Amino acid sequence: MENGGTVETTYLGAIREALQEEMRADETVFMLGEDIGAYGGAFKVTEGFLEEFGPDRVIDTPISEAAIVGAAIGAAHMGLKPVAEMQFIDFIAPAFDMIVNFAAKSRYRTGIGAGLVIRGPCGAGARSGPFHSQSVESYFANVPGLKMIAPARAYDAKGLLRAAIRDPDPVLFFEHKFLYRRIKEQLPVDEEIFVPLGKARTHREGTDLTIVTYGAMVYKSTDAADRVSAEDGAEVEVIDLRTLRPLDTAAIVESVRRTGRLLVVHEAPRFGGFAGEITAQVCEQAFEWLDAPIRRVTAIDTPVPYAPTLEDYYLPGEDDIVSAARWLLAY
Amino acid sequence: MRTLYRYLWLTRALEERLEIIFKQGHVIGGLYRSLGQEATAVGCGYALTDGDWIAPSIRDLGGLLARGLDPRDVLRQYTARGTSLCAGKDNTNHFTVPELGILGPISPLGTQLCVLNGVALSFRTRREPHVCLTFQGEGASRTGTSHEGLAMAAALNLPIVVVLEHNRWAFGTPSTAVAAVKSWADVAGAYGVPAVTVDGNDVLQVYDAATQAIARARAGDGMTILIAETYRMLGHAQHDAQKYVPEHELSEWKDHDPIQSFSDYLIEFGFESESTLDQIRSEVAVELDAAADEVLAEGYPSADEARTRVYGDPALDADVPWSRGVVPGYEGLTSGKRGRPAAGPEGA
Repeated sequence: MENGGTVETTYLGAIREALQEEMRADETVFMLGEDIGAYGGAFKVTEGFLEEFGPDRVIDTPISEAAIVGAAIGAAHMGLKPVAEMQFIDFIAPAFDMIVNFAAKSRYRTGIGAGLVIRGPCGAGARSGPFHSQSVESYFANVPGLKMIAPARAYDAKGLLRAAIRDPDPVLFFEHKFLYRRIKEQLPVDEEIFVPLGKARTHREGTDLTIVTYGAMVYKSTDAADRVSAEDGAEVEVIDLRTLRPLDTAAIVESVRRTGRLLVVHEAPRFGGFAGEITAQVCEQAFEWLDAPIRRVTAIDTPVPYAPTLEDYYLPGEDDIVSAARWLLAY
Repeated sequence: MRTLYRYLWLTRALEERLEIIFKQGHVIGGLYRSLGQEATAVGCGYALTDGDWIAPSIRDLGGLLARGLDPRDVLRQYTARGTSLCAGKDNTNHFTVPELGILGPISPLGTQLCVLNGVALSFRTRREPHVCLTFQGEGASRTGTSHEGLAMAAALNLPIVVVLEHNRWAFGTPSTAVAAVKSWADVAGAYGVPAVTVDGNDVLQVYDAATQAIARARAGDGMTILIAETYRMLGHAQHDAQKYVPEHELSEWKDHDPIQSFSDYLIEFGFESESTLDQIRSEVAVELDAAADEVLAEGYPSADEARTRVYGDPALDADVPWSRGVVPGYEGLTSGKRGRPAAGPEGA
């Protein structure tokens, strides 16, 4: 419903709009992936795209993730702007070679960049089991040349996807499937929504503790922060990273230097997760400002399980975040 | 005819030159030769025209020379010069040169075909009449990415020619050990595309078959798999003495050397004289002397170039001090010296 120059938009709708707007504005933008054409995509992100943009720009491919990413790289070399869809981000694994060895190293090795976007639904909470629920960012964290985005808000999903399509480097764009239809925001109708890569944002202001997080955990962290505020009177700052690489270390360090305490929350498992890198950066750049050890709240170090009891146990919960926050505040 | 001969000879002479400077210690890392396979690469490369793209494997140097690659750029690559097409950041033939329509491989084989599909896709999208041609050894054709690339090229009817070079050896493993096919042309059936088998050591046969496959792709009729029957006359790389190869294979194939048989043919049927071919060989030697002198006088890239060109934006170049344990601006300071001011938290 249009209301005061805004319209209610879901997280999924924002992604769809970003794709539509970029494809309408620039005929070199095209999509390829599995079931994105006639079917409209597994989550219906691209419903109607085949009719609007035609089969040259909305390409249904065989089930061949490596070939999908490979074709995106080649097309990018030729000046097109490919957006490759992974039906579920878990299926990015067969394309690992193409991403880390071909796309990520292309500019460094040859001077020819590979400006492409690989997007797909990530994350748990949808009762989808070990192969439709993963958070894969850490698989790629140790690969120079890649950029990674994990938006929490519809506004950022739209603005960052548009920026990613225009970016000269390979960008992995992680859409949290739990947020697709649950997040609804009033987005401005007449404003160009464009969010530059590499900038974190403050989702909730606070003075006593910094939570650094991204994706769906932004909401759980904020709920936890609200509870700590109501029940304990402490104000917790929640930083939404939005872009994971390049990481906005400056924003993290600035906040930690103000609050003196850091809790990192993410949905991916703990060992080798982004929380480890963020902890190291803060130790290097804000050690003397810390009043407490840094703590992490993450998924447990297991695959993502299927049964509701197991999956709920696997995921970090609001209670976990609240108790870690209280421990840090009391330190 | 003499142009074809010149590219064949240039390929062999350039590789021999590389071997000399390898033994002199100028080549960094390994040296991979295409001895015995020159006709396949040259015949295919020569059949392409402007705007077409070629994606070589490690043993297709001749195809690149036939597309106009400067021999000096080959020498620069192998000697890791700062002036090389990869600016010293990658080796062998791993360069991509859009002006010449060259897409370099990477070491995990089969991946290149997947990328070449995207180049072909751009031709189709833009309604450009160009064609892509790539090479794979029968060893590389066993990778998952090779099968995925073939499946997609066939499914999307892309203007591609895939040259499967059956050179009998994948590093140290014979082709009979990597596939159950009796005839390599049989693989094409799995993708629903035609296969054409040629004597890969006969440059004219290769050229004719490549020309037809390229014309077919250009006409919008899709991919052809060209099977080139040939033989790898040397080991995988310079370090490999190929002790695992039966002696009789080498001597049989040596009698079927692609360059010797082509020059015999040219002379026997009166297309060229012995003296013309002699002259071509002398000109190539002079050219390569000058090229080697020029390239060997050039230097390696400066060390700090290692940090650049990872991303499009130079502001994102690697942040070296932190990686070396150095805190910029605080070198030499010890415990707590940059500590937080007593007056309270430092502002933004």
